[in-house]
Amino acid sequence: SVNADLASERQTASFSVEKLTALLDGGAEQTQIRRAVVEAIESDPVFSRENQYFQTQNERYEAAVRKAVHLQKKMHEMGWTENGPEYKYIYRALSGDVAFLLHRVFMRSISVLGSDKQIAKWIPLATQHKLIGSYAQTELGHGTYLQGLETTAVFDPATQEFILNTPKISAMKWWPGDMGRSATHTVVFAQLYVHGKCYGIHPFIVQIRSLQDHSLCPGITAGDIGPKMNFEHIDNGYLLLKNVRIPRENMLSKFCEVRPDGTYVRQGSQKINYFTMTTVRISLISDEVLTPLMKACTIAIRYSVVRRQSKLKPGEQEAKILDYQTQQEKLLPQLAAAYAFHFINNYLQELFNRGYREIQRKNFDMLPELHALSSGFKAMITQHCTAGVEICLRACGGHGYSLLSGLPSLYTKILASCIYEGENTILLLQTARFLIKCFMAASAGQPVPPSVTYLAAVKHGKCPAKNKLDFLSPDIYTEAYQHVTVRLTSSTAAKLQDLIQSGVKKHDAWNQCTVQLVQAAKAHCHYIAVKNFAETVEKLETKAGIQKIMKHLCDLFALHGIFSNTGAFLHDGYISAAQMDMVTASYLDLLAVIRKDAVPLVDAFDFTDKSLNSALGSYDGQVYQRLYEWAQKSPTNQMSPAYERYLKPLLHSTLSKL
Amino acid sequence: AAAMAVNADLRRERAAATFQPELLTHILDGGPERTRRRKEIEALVLNDPDFQHEDLNFLSRSQRYEQAIRKSSLMVMKLREYGIADPEEIYWFKSFVHRGRPEPLDLHLGMFLPTLLTQATPEQQDRFFMPAWNLEIIGTYAQTEMGHGTHLRGLETTATYDPSTQEFILNSPTVTSIKWWPGGLGKTSNHAIVLAQLYTQGQCKGLHAFIVPIRQLGTHEPLPGITVGDIGPKFGYDEMDNGYLKMDNFRIPRENMLMKYAQVEPDGTYVKPVSDKLTYGTMVFIRSLIVGDSARSLSRACTIAIRYSAVRHQSELKPGEPEPQILDYQTQQYKLFPLLATAYAFHFVGAYIKDTYHRISGDISTGDLSELPELHALTAGLKAFTSWTANAGIEECRMACGGHGYSRCSGIPDIYVTFTPSCTYEGENTVMMLQTARFLMKSYTQVTSGQQVTGMVSYLNDLSRQRIQPQHVAARTVTVRINDPTSLVEAYKSRAARLVESAAKNLQAELNHRKSKEDAWNRTSVDLVRASEAHCHYVIVKLFTAKLAEVSDAAVRTVLTDLCLLYALFGISRNTGDFLQAGILTSAQITQVNQRVKELLAVIRPNAVALVDSFDFHDVHLGSVLGRYDGNIYENMFEWAKKSPLNKTQVHESFHKHLKPMQAKL
Repeated sequence: SVNADLASERQTASFSVEKLTALLDGGAEQTQIRRAVVEAIESDPVFSRENQYFQTQNERYEAAVRKAVHLQKKMHEMGWTENGPEYKYIYRALSGDVAFLLHRVFMRSISVLGSDKQIAKWIPLATQHKLIGSYAQTELGHGTYLQGLETTAVFDPATQEFILNTPKISAMKWWPGDMGRSATHTVVFAQLYVHGKCYGIHPFIVQIRSLQDHSLCPGITAGDIGPKMNFEHIDNGYLLLKNVRIPRENMLSKFCEVRPDGTYVRQGSQKINYFTMTTVRISLISDEVLTPLMKACTIAIRYSVVRRQSKLKPGEQEAKILDYQTQQEKLLPQLAAAYAFHFINNYLQELFNRGYREIQRKNFDMLPELHALSSGFKAMITQHCTAGVEICLRACGGHGYSLLSGLPSLYTKILASCIYEGENTILLLQTARFLIKCFMAASAGQPVPPSVTYLAAVKHGKCPAKNKLDFLSPDIYTEAYQHVTVRLTSSTAAKLQDLIQSGVKKHDAWNQCTVQLVQAAKAHCHYIAVKNFAETVEKLETKAGIQKIMKHLCDLFALHGIFSNTGAFLHDGYISAAQMDMVTASYLDLLAVIRKDAVPLVDAFDFTDKSLNSALGSYDGQVYQRLYEWAQKSPTNQMSPAYERYLKPLLHSTLSKL
Repeated sequence: AAAMAVNADLRRERAAATFQPELLTHILDGGPERTRRRKEIEALVLNDPDFQHEDLNFLSRSQRYEQAIRKSSLMVMKLREYGIADPEEIYWFKSFVHRGRPEPLDLHLGMFLPTLLTQATPEQQDRFFMPAWNLEIIGTYAQTEMGHGTHLRGLETTATYDPSTQEFILNSPTVTSIKWWPGGLGKTSNHAIVLAQLYTQGQCKGLHAFIVPIRQLGTHEPLPGITVGDIGPKFGYDEMDNGYLKMDNFRIPRENMLMKYAQVEPDGTYVKPVSDKLTYGTMVFIRSLIVGDSARSLSRACTIAIRYSAVRHQSELKPGEPEPQILDYQTQQYKLFPLLATAYAFHFVGAYIKDTYHRISGDISTGDLSELPELHALTAGLKAFTSWTANAGIEECRMACGGHGYSRCSGIPDIYVTFTPSCTYEGENTVMMLQTARFLMKSYTQVTSGQQVTGMVSYLNDLSRQRIQPQHVAARTVTVRINDPTSLVEAYKSRAARLVESAAKNLQAELNHRKSKEDAWNRTSVDLVRASEAHCHYVIVKLFTAKLAEVSDAAVRTVLTDLCLLYALFGISRNTGDFLQAGILTSAQITQVNQRVKELLAVIRPNAVALVDSFDFHDVHLGSVLGRYDGNIYENMFEWAKKSPLNKTQVHESFHKHLKPMQAKL
């Protein structure tokens, strides 16, 4: 039965949960497909995650490999294909707890970087899992800066081979997933040398393990890089190459080729490749970043209505902790952010689909803007969601620290997203570079891409709000965000110019402004997210109460951003001190309003208990019973050898003699 | 690998420092003699083969528990063998043995024994203290229940007195009443001090403490009526067997209730305790430890991140030049140096609370407890402020190490998971902030009713004076000098005063609108937390500034002054809204503050490595490949990885189990 405190929350929902779920899924049919996939996966015991919190790294890895292999069977059985509508839900249903994710990156890089001949040779082998691929780019000493990679590939015309080497320890490939134990092949990025001349970084297909007995190939040293904060099911690996020879045909040669005589030829445009990298940043947002935040909100908010603590009124029962304003102030902004980012993600997906169509028509005009948006939003959303998951964890008191709450593993997993596919600070600086460039162009009256046209319209007014209700007007707060972004961008651009005019070299001037540049890029993304949320709300159907609750969340998202960063809005007096008090008042009022719908709002995310894998967040709210029963299954509750070995002698003899 | 030369970048960094790191180490330790003694104890532990073991990162939870219990047993024996009895020296010894991690005897040593000392009668001390001291009895302190943490009065465990047998009958009446979390309870302890609602003569007398045997001496099996076990895996704390305890009609003799204060007589008559002010003292003490712990944990993370940033090279700052050290990027400095300054600030705050506590607890025996309420209120907030900040700071250090920070070889994940629960235990941080706020509101009310307040809140006295004058606080704007720490203390003071006043006014407005006090308090609590934070921030800036005058070496004082300025100015730049809204600083001044912060980053840059060297963490204690003193990072990462459990066999067994069959089929 459902815990009474949780049940009562659901009776007062102001909107239809099922309709909101359908909205999030992009239609009721999608919801149906998703639920069918989840059901098929979760009813299969091979995919169970119940014991994962008790498992060692070796056990986690083995389970992930088992699941990956089983998944092939399952897909066949269910008739799911990689191009089918079910495919995108599989990963979510597995909660990512599966091996061979890099195999897909391996295949994609061959498809994107390989010649038609290479694609024809390798893709069928990979599709049939006759080999398992990985993708080896990062080195021990080099991550962000690709040109700095040190692995070498020297062409030997005599044998028509490349000779691959790891010249020093910092050049060792380090981190690639699936490479530590599983992969038989990998795409290695190395500096290409022909006739003593370096041609820069190129991709090579290298076999690293025998297809017969999985032993390492000659010249290869590879292994697992050891325990990490999470991803224990993935064998992130290292790879050391010593005079490893591969045939000339193994250099992926869609764009660059080395002819048999050593002639180096460049062909076609790399821009599509560039677009692919950009797309990856966007494609990870949904599964790797939004889902964890939504799960964390679900767990923390459900637990916060089951958990009672202290009294709000003397003589009454202890209050639900969600009734405390401070608890609302922790959790509800995270909930609003989850919705805001869901909508901005939809927007970006659409934009990228359009971009893809343009690029196929050889129109690359959108590329700089897409790159700036993907970099900035990847950084902003990963950072925000990571912080959000941690807030949820710490909002669950002591029990949040138990792995059985599900929160620690959500946290340790999501936080890696701040680093992979581009370190966030670096990405924000890329967005900033675009912003500054566009700002200069706009100031000079030149045309700029749609997402930054607002930079041209510098207005110097003041915020027109007269009372706290005015701050619930999207026009008012969107305008405020826009104002701040323009101010930060223009002042940074001015500072850069001043420095350069005063004789500081361009790159030094850039480095001296990077702190401000990062702020400007963040503000730009925040503004677009707020604006997009407001526009999305406007377009929603008014039925079933959905538009109304989404409007509240949009307001909360916007006002929380101002409340947490008052200085930026007060700085030039755009918002006055008195107005800031109105912002605060409106913001705090909203908490109490959204509080009433908090549980239905997380129910709408529609996570099953198995997918949450949390004693605190289950749908029925039987928190304590579940925690108690689950804990008893912990391996630590089998008799430990520590008692016989250490405790017993300690308790009986050693010290009593002292 | 140990014999390798120090990495050239780190050598260069150390040679360029403008001060002697040892002198700063002495200040942190509290004098050269303390440093010497600390290193002596460190050597005792680190050179002792009994305390060596495999890298804990490669062990399972059960193995880590086993190692910890092995070392704890040895530790207790060796402490006595060496005659180490000073609490701080015990702390050092323990911290070196367990490398800063928790251990299964923590609660026995830190709670069970002290509670016996403070709350047991002489007769009870005779029965329990020596056996506990000799570890025949290993105890823990069982307070928190599955459904109850912060709100002590809500605990459900019952102890019902039965005069016919002169026993207490202990019960866990519901699932939510199961004791949950106590360290050392799961597997290690054979006794527990249990907090339970006392029922005698049909009446509930509130919470009292009982000594409950839970496991059979000799076999260590749970006693009949006791269900006890480990609560399962957690975020860190792998060494600790946090446990659960369920009691079903479990009987203990009347004499097992701790009766130094409250008593139950044989016939069931309840005798009330005289005063409970003393429990304040313990809480203040433990919270002061957490403040110190915030400083140390953040210092460790800074040491790792800053040394690594000096060794790691990446991208190009100037076209055509070699890749620079990542510590040369402004964004990297902006992430790390304010945290470095924060670590120093928290060290000084921790030392201040400890000293004040010792001074006041001197007064407890002579009866002057007048300063205790303020110290209690202050430490609650500082505990929350420092642990929140350090928690976020450790994560920032990890992120600043890029991908390698995520590997457990960096050591930062371990520092984080060990430290982060301190945001929750010994008083959940938000609850702590609200305790401080309660004191601030009380002081504010006193001031408005014409009384003077003293101590750290005395700035509130100025509020009433200002009210007489027509002009706004904004009149003080011009007096803030951004290069003068003393002047910045004043700015922080004004901010605190403003936020306290605004919270008090909002609270009053809510009271005017609503019926209940509790409701009004709840509806103001976000403001109240902000007020407490501002108060704590002011105290920290003030204490850091005050410390500067005590530093005699000019070179050290200069570098500490830079750090103090950075701490204060960075805090302003992160909270500009508060200073602008209250009119304490103008926009033009804020722009100057932001600019000055960046200048200070460049000023501190040459001393960054020396400033973390001054924390003087031994490599073994630091437990980080990235933070090694010699900077030979990449070689040692490779060596470390080779020991990973996944690398135990060349071909992993899952190849034969899963991969090969799949390949055969397709």
